[in-house]
Amino acid sequence: MAMVSSRCFALALGAAAATLAGRWRPRSSARLPLLLPRCVQSEVRISNQKHARDGRGLPRRVLSKESQSSSSVVADNGLEYEAVIGIETHVQLGTATKAFCSCPSQYGAEPNAHVCPVCMGLPGALPVLNDKVVEYGVKLALALHSEIALTSKFDRKQYFYPDLPKGYQISQYDVPIASKGFIDVDLPVEFGGGHRCFGITRVHMEEDAGKLVHAGGERLSGSSSSQVDLNRAGVPLLEVVSEPEMRTGLEAAEYAAELQRLVRYLGISNGNMQEGSMRCDVNVSVRPKGRPQFGTKVEIKNMNSFSAMQRAIDFEIDRQVTLENEGLGHQIKQETRLWEEGSQRTISMRSKEGLADYRYFPEPDLPEVTLTQDYVDATQATLPELPNAKRRRYESLGLSMQDVLVLANDSDVAAFFDEVVGKGTDVKQAANWIMGDLSAWLKNEKLAITETKLTPAALAELIDLIKDGTISGKIGKEILPELLQNGVSAREAIEAKGLSQISDAAVIESMVDAIIAENPKQVAAYRGGKTKLQGFFVGQVMKVSSGRVNPALLNKILLSKLNC
Amino acid sequence: MISRHLHCSAQAAIPTRTHVLETSEQQASTHQRPISVIRKIRESLISRERTAVEITEGYLAKLQEREPHIRSFLHISAEKALLDAEEIDKLLSEGGGGELGLLAGVPLGVKDNLCTRDMPSTGGSQILKGYCPPYDATAVCKLREAGAVLVGKTNMDEFGMGSSTESSAYQVTSNPWDLSRVPGGSSGGSAAAVAAGQCAGALGSDTGGSIRQPASFCGIVGLKPSYGRVSRFGLMAYASSLDVVGCLGASVLDTAILLQVIAGHDKNDSTSSLEEVPDYAAQLLPVEGLSSKPLAGVKFGLIKETMDEEGVEEDVASAVKAAALHLQELGASVTEVSLPMFSLGLPAYYVLAPSEASSNLARYDGVRFGPRAHGEEVMSMFGNSRAEGFGPEVKRRILMGTYALSAGYYDAFYKRSQQVRTLIQRDFKAALQDVDVLLSPVAPSAAYKIGEKLDNPLSMYLGDLMTVNVNLAGLPSLVVPCGIAKGGTCGLPVGLQMIGPAFGEEVLLRLGHIFEQTLPMNFNAPLLTS
Repeated sequence: MAMVSSRCFALALGAAAATLAGRWRPRSSARLPLLLPRCVQSEVRISNQKHARDGRGLPRRVLSKESQSSSSVVADNGLEYEAVIGIETHVQLGTATKAFCSCPSQYGAEPNAHVCPVCMGLPGALPVLNDKVVEYGVKLALALHSEIALTSKFDRKQYFYPDLPKGYQISQYDVPIASKGFIDVDLPVEFGGGHRCFGITRVHMEEDAGKLVHAGGERLSGSSSSQVDLNRAGVPLLEVVSEPEMRTGLEAAEYAAELQRLVRYLGISNGNMQEGSMRCDVNVSVRPKGRPQFGTKVEIKNMNSFSAMQRAIDFEIDRQVTLENEGLGHQIKQETRLWEEGSQRTISMRSKEGLADYRYFPEPDLPEVTLTQDYVDATQATLPELPNAKRRRYESLGLSMQDVLVLANDSDVAAFFDEVVGKGTDVKQAANWIMGDLSAWLKNEKLAITETKLTPAALAELIDLIKDGTISGKIGKEILPELLQNGVSAREAIEAKGLSQISDAAVIESMVDAIIAENPKQVAAYRGGKTKLQGFFVGQVMKVSSGRVNPALLNKILLSKLNC
Repeated sequence: MISRHLHCSAQAAIPTRTHVLETSEQQASTHQRPISVIRKIRESLISRERTAVEITEGYLAKLQEREPHIRSFLHISAEKALLDAEEIDKLLSEGGGGELGLLAGVPLGVKDNLCTRDMPSTGGSQILKGYCPPYDATAVCKLREAGAVLVGKTNMDEFGMGSSTESSAYQVTSNPWDLSRVPGGSSGGSAAAVAAGQCAGALGSDTGGSIRQPASFCGIVGLKPSYGRVSRFGLMAYASSLDVVGCLGASVLDTAILLQVIAGHDKNDSTSSLEEVPDYAAQLLPVEGLSSKPLAGVKFGLIKETMDEEGVEEDVASAVKAAALHLQELGASVTEVSLPMFSLGLPAYYVLAPSEASSNLARYDGVRFGPRAHGEEVMSMFGNSRAEGFGPEVKRRILMGTYALSAGYYDAFYKRSQQVRTLIQRDFKAALQDVDVLLSPVAPSAAYKIGEKLDNPLSMYLGDLMTVNVNLAGLPSLVVPCGIAKGGTCGLPVGLQMIGPAFGEEVLLRLGHIFEQTLPMNFNAPLLTS
């Protein structure tokens, strides 16, 4: 397919381009008019709220003034408020090519380097669905325990914007690929811990829009000109819509973190929030506790980390509760607010009143997406052990929740741990080594666990050699960098450096004899009652043996010699 | 360069239909069977009677000579056409005759809504003025691969929206039978060009009758293939679920050969069919070898609703009835068939097609291609570019479609029309279980006067009554000239529409060929000499 010149399409609009910013800017889909049935897990959530409240008073991750991690807020007027939080997450899929054309789907290329007639929306061009997008959609749907639609379809979501080449986004409207799922979340121990299960309303496939680059400003508003980069146009996304079941910034952030873990475990996205590979739009409203109706919801965008999400939501809850408290509840408008990292607050971006009409209709250029149950079953069989299952298994191994959360956080770390344990190694020791010295070294070297030369087998061997007394724990720590950098086995490292422990009684005896002979004064003092000098003799023997003498055996032999 | 050869080759380049038509009665007495212009070119190339350059020069001369009167082309690609023809001659002189493509050296026109990488492609719209696509439409690509010489881009109603080619942003095309009349539309440029001998055949597109109605108005053969038979990749979308690329020719065999070349699955069009492409021309045998009743056993059904309508002119109805009689003489049975939902097709079409159009035309926003109007902010830039770029008919349909898809109206318009579409599909399916092929007029009238319906869009829409249902059902349809109506200086042609089951082009072409070869009439546009 012909590549089109790789330049930006400049939009010189003059300073008056400003007015655009005041208009709607649809990136996330509007809430659907039809309400899909809530998942069964919503019941679980209600009973879980108690746990969340129990968590009050425990140390918080973010201790800003606005921070609000408990599930309800008692306002000055005595009313107890709770927040209702729902999240729409766009996950950018890590497919080699775009959703509907064969352009590379990569981040960070020269502007308009990855474009073709299809993703540029040139007259006559037609979309062809990338099978990988469906595969990834099914994988995530299965991981979210959703109902998969064996027949789903694409629709056109229509609106005008300079970064939307066709004037519509190919998306899924009334028949998404999956609906009615749930996600299991374990809250961090330092926040009081607890398990949550949040409902997933739906998962659907869609394409991304391009990107506007503004001259003289971050936004179209106030910039003298804007340029369009269509590299991202047509990149595949999965939009995951949660049920409005989260009650705190922490729960929301942990929901997002678990979703990120899932897509990474599945290998369908890098889930990177800074690069925008995972974008969360959060809807927040507050209501007096016990009232079934929702309050006016506000959408928050522009959070590029989980902690920013938590802070933004807690700020927003606080803002809304304060308004309610002051009798200014009517000032909570249905609007989109931006999280400003600099000032740590949300600011109004545009009103959402007078809902945009996207004039959805079925995409006539694409046939329905039909899946067979066999395909779904075969895909299910390829899924790896997912984070929640892994955490439950680690718990059953007897690890603390703290350890469980750390180890299961990263699929590579978990896989490494599993392999080490698979060698029959002590579980707690394996966890300690991986979370302790190993991860400290990795952090220092800025490497991932997959980038070292240390094999799980080598770590297992190291742990075993310590356990059976071949080397001391101290020696183990000393040789670890050798294992990490050069990929040698623990035994090779020990032998090469002559570091194996001396446990031969005859050898130790002769060493002890030599030390006693060399230090007659200290021997006399010891025998005269200064038994504290035992440490001196141990030190001397360790010095000449470079610390290799088995300490227990040494003490035994030393005492027998000195006390005779 | 072209004029140098004008005198020596212009006449000879037209292998058929060059005599002056005076009256239809006289025509009957001097009947010449329509011959395949494409096959004739191939034969003269292989026999070395003429070179591809000579043939192309002949067509170009005629094209240029007649263009001032017909105005069927938006772009003429004379130089490139001659270069392409030279390539064919080179291939022949190197003894590569065996590798000659099906369309080697055949000068063809291409409707301007099909993307061509070496020629501007405007879709007849101001909003794409000067636009040169970076790629060839699949159908165009296949023509080139088969050795065709593309002489230019033909005029059309803007983005296919119109039935007279008067909605072109650039020029009004005249009907070669009567220059004061329209050639039909939206493929009016292609039809007029073929009828005037400006090219040996042409590609068109048909969303609601845009190949068939101009073929009927200009007295040529038009083939609207089944939906999905030909790739739509590179066809500027009007209504994606209805659009098909098809062909116009001087004979049924010509359209069969053209379809042969352009049909087939295309990985770039997910709606193109995997259905195998048969050898369409194989069964189009010389009529001399046929029995006296070559259509014995074939069952035709004349669609009652298309003949009963008050709007069908008498001349058209009688031409179709005469055609039915002729089919019976050839041994076929012709019965009247009723399609109860027929009259619902037109309103459903005028909801569905504009709905899809409103979406398909959203990309013309002044950002990436085409002229950009000034605006104080980006939304007014969009608005101004579109206000200046689109003509009134396109705007009308965008407005209708936008309305029909709006929240609160979707169910009453779009959804209801889709239901009607399903009913119409069922009607056709049921009818085609009883008969092999359905017959109907193509349009209520023969070609009308330029400007006659311009101020009355509804009467223009009514003219599509007999063709839109076929698009709604996705069926193939072949239009063959069948009679002459009063009008003009020497009568106006009337076409017969033959509708077959999905992917039944082979049957249509075979029956249409026999009909055409045995009908004792000629359909030659009066020679333009003024």
